[in-house]
Amino acid sequence: MAVEVRIPTILRTYTGGQKAVPGQGGTLSEVIEDLESNHPGIKERLVEGEDLRRFVNVYVNDEDVRFTGGLGTSVNDGDQVVVLPAVAGGCAPAVVAAWSTTDGI
Amino acid sequence: MLRIDRATYDAIVAHAKRDHPDEACGVVAGPEGSDRPERFVPMVNAAGSPTFYEFDTVDLLKLYKEMDARDEEPVVVYHSHTATEAYPSRTDIGLAMEPNAHYVLVSTREHGNSDGPVEFRSYRIVEGSVTEEDVSVED
Repeated sequence: MAVEVRIPTILRTYTGGQKAVPGQGGTLSEVIEDLESNHPGIKERLVEGEDLRRFVNVYVNDEDVRFTGGLGTSVNDGDQVVVLPAVAGGCAPAVVAAWSTTDGI
Repeated sequence: MLRIDRATYDAIVAHAKRDHPDEACGVVAGPEGSDRPERFVPMVNAAGSPTFYEFDTVDLLKLYKEMDARDEEPVVVYHSHTATEAYPSRTDIGLAMEPNAHYVLVSTREHGNSDGPVEFRSYRIVEGSVTEEDVSVED
């Protein structure tokens, strides 16, 4: 399945500045593996262990994948996958860092 | 330096006061690459919390699609602290994902929902490093 993946500004360092890149796979997980093979390092920014990172949102055709099976969400030819980092923060001290570190502040 | 017009500045402060004691949040979008905050977009704090904010994920997608269609970017990302100073917390720094944005912090700790001055400060937050910048409010 060929899909389009929309890349947020902060991850465009992995895609040579491109806002959207093609991806392949039958599930979101496979699409991310395919992205990783073309843009090494990007998977680490999206996935932690067996799941999406807490502060990374991924949508397949405008549906938040947290409600459609997470990384197992199926994708079809022509689907659009959008990656958006959460816009979040606050004075609370006990929230894990979002992407690159997992030190659990 | 952050240059922001008076009406937008006032709208951010009013939002922060209105939502106190919960944290308020939103963006000011502007043409990509322009560094001009022009379109005030208050967001719902899905966390509804005095110590945390997070844009609702559905609202977030809608906002970014809208900005994309208009060739805009989030020039300002703002939120309030309601009991602490207007300085990015470790959480704010860890979760700052817009390297081109001015991160505006408003503190409502002194006057809460009432009239009165607030702290209004702006920062760049890039890869965990915070740089405060001047704010110029333009009439």
